[in-house]
Amino acid sequence: MLDPQIIFAGVLNGLLAGGIYVLVAVGLTLIYGVLHIINFAHGSLLMLAMYAVFFLWRLIGIDPYVALPVVIAGAFVFGFVLYRLVIGRFSHGRDENILLITLGLSIVIDNVALLFFGGDTQTIDVPYAGSFVELGAAFLPLPKLISFGASLLICAILGLYMAKSDTGKAIRAVAKERQGARLVGIDVDNIFAISYGIGIACLGAAACLLMPSYYVTPTSGHAFVLVAFTIVVLGGMGSFIGAAVGGFIIGITEALGGLFLGEQLGQIGISLIFILILLLKPTGLFGSKA
Amino acid sequence: MKKHINTSVSRRGFVAGTTALASSLGFPGIVGAQPAAIKVGLIHPVTGFVAYNGQQGRLGGTMAIEDINKAGGIKSMGGAKLEALLGDSQSKVEVGVAEVEKMNEQGVAAYIGCFQSPVTIAATQAAAKYNTPFLVDVAASDVIVNRGLKNTFRLMPGFGVCVDDGIANLGNINKAAGSPAKTAVIVHESGEFGTGTAKLLAGKLPSIGIEAKEVIAHDNPTRNFDNIALRIRSIAPDIVMMSNYQNEYMLLARTLFQQKVNVAGFYSILGGGFNYKFVKEMPDVSQYMMDVNHWFNPKSAKAQELKKRVEAGGALFTFEVYLGYSTALLLADSLERAGSADKAKLTDAIASSTFKAELMPYGPTKFVNGQNQGAKPAVMQSIKGDIEVIAPEEFASAKAVFPKPKF
Amino acid sequence: MSRQALLCALGLAAAVIYPLVAPNYLINIGMMVFFVAFIGQSWNIAGGFAGQTSFGHVVFFGTGAYTSTILQVTYGWNPWLAWPAAMLAGGIVGWVIAFLSFRAGLRGSYFALITLAFAEVFRILANSVPFTRGGLGMLIKADQRPINFQFKEPIWIYYIALALCVISLLIAWQLTRNRFGARLVAIRENEDAARALGIDVFAEKVKVLTLSGAMCAAGGTFYAQKYLYIDPSIAFGVDKSVEMLLVSMVGGAGTIFGPLIGSVALTAINEITRWLASVVPALKNVQPLSLVVYGIMLVLIVARLPDGLMGLFRRKPRHA
Repeated sequence: MLDPQIIFAGVLNGLLAGGIYVLVAVGLTLIYGVLHIINFAHGSLLMLAMYAVFFLWRLIGIDPYVALPVVIAGAFVFGFVLYRLVIGRFSHGRDENILLITLGLSIVIDNVALLFFGGDTQTIDVPYAGSFVELGAAFLPLPKLISFGASLLICAILGLYMAKSDTGKAIRAVAKERQGARLVGIDVDNIFAISYGIGIACLGAAACLLMPSYYVTPTSGHAFVLVAFTIVVLGGMGSFIGAAVGGFIIGITEALGGLFLGEQLGQIGISLIFILILLLKPTGLFGSKA
Repeated sequence: MKKHINTSVSRRGFVAGTTALASSLGFPGIVGAQPAAIKVGLIHPVTGFVAYNGQQGRLGGTMAIEDINKAGGIKSMGGAKLEALLGDSQSKVEVGVAEVEKMNEQGVAAYIGCFQSPVTIAATQAAAKYNTPFLVDVAASDVIVNRGLKNTFRLMPGFGVCVDDGIANLGNINKAAGSPAKTAVIVHESGEFGTGTAKLLAGKLPSIGIEAKEVIAHDNPTRNFDNIALRIRSIAPDIVMMSNYQNEYMLLARTLFQQKVNVAGFYSILGGGFNYKFVKEMPDVSQYMMDVNHWFNPKSAKAQELKKRVEAGGALFTFEVYLGYSTALLLADSLERAGSADKAKLTDAIASSTFKAELMPYGPTKFVNGQNQGAKPAVMQSIKGDIEVIAPEEFASAKAVFPKPKF
Repeated sequence: MSRQALLCALGLAAAVIYPLVAPNYLINIGMMVFFVAFIGQSWNIAGGFAGQTSFGHVVFFGTGAYTSTILQVTYGWNPWLAWPAAMLAGGIVGWVIAFLSFRAGLRGSYFALITLAFAEVFRILANSVPFTRGGLGMLIKADQRPINFQFKEPIWIYYIALALCVISLLIAWQLTRNRFGARLVAIRENEDAARALGIDVFAEKVKVLTLSGAMCAAGGTFYAQKYLYIDPSIAFGVDKSVEMLLVSMVGGAGTIFGPLIGSVALTAINEITRWLASVVPALKNVQPLSLVVYGIMLVLIVARLPDGLMGLFRRKPRHA
């Protein structure tokens, strides 16, 4: 039997891990909600953003947290352009085409990264990497606490932006009713590109927050994708709040599953939740009817 | 089998149009000018999940072949040069086997590869069909040499030997410190390499008076080691033993440091990430971690010189490099003694080799069932941003710090 | 029609003669082309004809590979006998997944994602339970005799792959002619309309996934017998799922020859880019390039040929 102290610490660890998952999943759910596509290139784009953070630090010594605005803006532009030049133009509006194109992009991006950056594992060693906050049995590493707080903050800002700004309203209108939005004069293609850009910008933020405690290789983004899919489904595809709540649920499940079942079997918890949600309540916790 | 080789050679006519073969068929025309190059197939995963390790292995192999050629090629064969055919297994079994087939058609005399055990298992099998010697530069699984393939040779120790040596050395280190360690937790990657190592470890630890409290498997990749760190802290073992690949090794080490998991020692078996980069980039994290691994002989001038050259080229001197390099030297030495690239003669020459693996802390080479009996791992410790060999005695450059001070 | 029949006969004759004249490595590549076309066709029957896009088809592949390997290694079965057992297991897994998912009314992306999750569950289980030997994987003892489903000469394994591919083409061809196939197409085009026509949508979808699962499992056994080693990430890794989906979609989903054409094309791209990397010295160390080209070509094919490569062979493009 496990000590309740340890369980408490496990839950805290799960929450902290969930913070990052939320950011990755919010980007994915936004893209799904608006464009109705599963962005297969999500992991690869996350990896690319992580390399951006790494090189900013390695070449010009910019701290990953300081780099946040730059990387977010860069990721937005990259996503926007990628949608405009490739995804939107080549897909002819067919969903299975978008799926294939994002898959193709993912192959291209991964291997271009391998070509230019090599396959070696790269890490950032920030001076505060070893700092921690002690809370009962839990040792909460400072970088993870920061990433947790920052990720919540970014999600809140994004939520506000979606609710209040004109662009946010337009995005929500397109998500709800594509044709109707077009009729009232919204430039739907532009909204698609902006949404894709915002989704990728979330990855930029996630990359900055991850790098102080993670590593990057040309394949390291994919580790977060299946878990992000699960969160998106759990929360309800396209739902913002759902992604946030789902991220934390998954983080905690993973932690407790790992503690009780062992790390290997604990991973099953995530996939089982995923399957059960799909079978029993495919709209997820907060999704509107699919 | 003999007949088979003949037919495959005669079939070359059908593909004479392909460039690779055109060059090999073209050379014999210029009789006497230069003996035909001996083709060596290097198969490594230079793309995919373990691309870095594959690229390092390729680097070692190609450097050795360049050096051999610069030094006049294979003298007993009229100074024949070695020609490296570079293959990419893409980290996939099917692709690795396809490379074996393709290179066979191009007339390779021997293969070197393939880093990943599953790919190596299938590739050695495919090469065995043609009786072509296969020299395993890196691949830890003992199945590779245990299943009776006559063409397969491995210069480096497999994980059975690494575990035995690792355990024996850990016993010595522990005893020398007054036996402070009684318990251990083993953390391993869930693939063939980690699982096999962990199984052996758990069985053999009691022989040195240490109990394996728990064996924890983790996936590749693992996003987060916080919970494993938590579990380890709750078990409070004296030693944490790890067996995993580079990324997870580094992440786990960093998490244990961040979470202040204080134990008497971290002792990894074939810890994939224990190298100069890790030690230099994360000196605090790596301080006093120990690893049982392939290592060069620090007292060998040749090894030190090669290290300088590799580093001057901007690469790291990792075990894939010097094992790839040493394995290619073994092949050249065997060709020299066989005086021919004939597969049967070459196989015999390798099997009876007493090659001195100068770069490595090995005893004399002696193959039994394809496994070099002289192969030994070394035990290293990260001390103040550098890597020191702490065992075996005759190669040691420092004394073990054990138990280690707290974080 | 007779012209097409003639073309098919010529193609088959060429495929039969090919290994008699080709060197071993080309026979091996041919074998892989047909093998991938076969598992691609198993995907195509469910994903193309019936429109049930799966992201986790490897779950059937792995089930087949593990079933026959366990029966053979642990229980001493002859692999030829274990083969139908593996197909049965694949069919059952297909039936269960279909029953659960379609009962819950999952379609489109939702169905795709749940198959992905099932594959992941199987992979982790194979890694964790003792009878698969976990991460150690399972090695089939090499004993190269036809009675053991192992062959010294690559030509035989090639012919088996060819036979599998031909059988899968015949199945796909039947689907374009019989009522079952017509019902599947109706379901793909509009599920609600199909239901209104009196088609038992649920039963048909379960049936097609069972068939697809059994076929794919046959591919799993074939793979295990060819390479004599499987482990959880080989048998249940996401790579194979993507490969099956890719060859079908690139070649033309829902067409008879789509997976075969796709498989030929992807192999050709792979070989050509590898060859380029080997002849242009500047590209010597940049083999990732082949995969970059592969990805770009995939995007371009999708952009320019929305119906896959099969679109090239149609006189009139189907899309309006």
